[in-house]
Amino acid sequence: MDRPIRVLVGKPGLDGHDRGAKVIARALRDAGMEVIYTGLRLTPDQIVQAAIQEDVDVVALSILSGAHNHLLPKVVELLKVENIYDETLVICGGVIPEEDIPFLKEKGVAEVFTPGTPTGVTIDFIKQNLKRA
Amino acid sequence: MDLAERLLKGEKRAAARLITKVENNEKDALEALSQIYPHTGKAWVIGITGPPGAGKSTLTDKLVKRLRKDDKKVGIIAVDPTSPFTGGSILGDRIRMSDLNTDPGVFIRSMGTRGYLGGLSKATQGAVKILDAYGLDYIFIETVGVGQSEVDIVKATDTVLMVMVPGLGDDIQAIKAGIMEIGDVFAINKADREGADRTKTEIEMMLDFNHKDWRPPVTKIVAIKNEGIEELVGQLNKHKEYLEVDDKLIERRTKNSELEILELTQQSLMDRVLNSDEKREEIRDYAEKVANREVDPYTVSNEIVGKILAKNS
Repeated sequence: MDRPIRVLVGKPGLDGHDRGAKVIARALRDAGMEVIYTGLRLTPDQIVQAAIQEDVDVVALSILSGAHNHLLPKVVELLKVENIYDETLVICGGVIPEEDIPFLKEKGVAEVFTPGTPTGVTIDFIKQNLKRA
Repeated sequence: MDLAERLLKGEKRAAARLITKVENNEKDALEALSQIYPHTGKAWVIGITGPPGAGKSTLTDKLVKRLRKDDKKVGIIAVDPTSPFTGGSILGDRIRMSDLNTDPGVFIRSMGTRGYLGGLSKATQGAVKILDAYGLDYIFIETVGVGQSEVDIVKATDTVLMVMVPGLGDDIQAIKAGIMEIGDVFAINKADREGADRTKTEIEMMLDFNHKDWRPPVTKIVAIKNEGIEELVGQLNKHKEYLEVDDKLIERRTKNSELEILELTQQSLMDRVLNSDEKREEIRDYAEKVANREVDPYTVSNEIVGKILAKNS
């Protein structure tokens, strides 16, 4: 692919810890991707509307508040309502308990990256799982 | 229905996808741009430029919110730098505009410069046309944080808003050539900081030396506190009214179109005659000779141009 991959990096919900999101944004930048960094405390609707306007390949969300089981399915649901889920890879990072991961995947989150994941793993996953040519 | 038709029907996703295609230089993009061109020219295009950290995104957010009160539909194209090393970028202008994400009357698009040096990206002007045809009343282009010479914004806009902040240098900075010459309206942001009055005086003095019909107004604002926004919108509208009498607007747009045609033609010529593998190889062969001082680069470049012209005459 000779075009840059566009990734929205954002934080849904109410926690204010964006160090992880910034680290991953920086790593994706260094991997040649265009990162649209949307910042803190966004609603699922704000994220999805931004994803439409920015025409991103990937929506990467960071959550440390514990509200992932609520927020992530909501984002996927809205992407489906807007007819862009089929073209958008949804991934997530943050403090997510192991036992919640199967539920999130069933709800349409492609992969969950827990603390300690090397950034290279996330980068490779994105490159290999894009839904759009 | 193709993308251009869907765009003209006001479909947001079509606008977004078409901008992507223009950015990626896809071949059907130019066709779509020609198709929509007759539907453009209705939006008022305002460029917002100024040094990094001057508050361009925060100000854009406030201006757009003000215009939304009058029910104007607004587009924002926010440009941030692309890494010359990896091709990657962090586009962070949306951070200051998150309330606008869900407003159906607002469309925000972030763009990386992708190697373009004038403060915009190569696809910016295409994106403006797409948002214009999509049916917006105002389009803001926010440049990358500029230094002294990134003046491309003036070629793409009807009004240039220059955002300055106190404390960036002495009055010589204000009279240097370059970006200080392109502002139609000046805002001094963070005017609650020390030195704002001095900065204002210096800019006013610089502007007093210009002998043009339009004397750019200078307004002190504090964007984050929404102070001075009403006055600034008034100044922007005054500039619009100024251009709209006589033929001044069409004059400005004609000048911009001339530059745009020139640039597109240069690019296209470059792509056609210079970017072939064969030509690249020829240039590499010459380069070795030039490095070994067998021949000078001026003669070589003349020879190359001569050959291209001979072939095409």
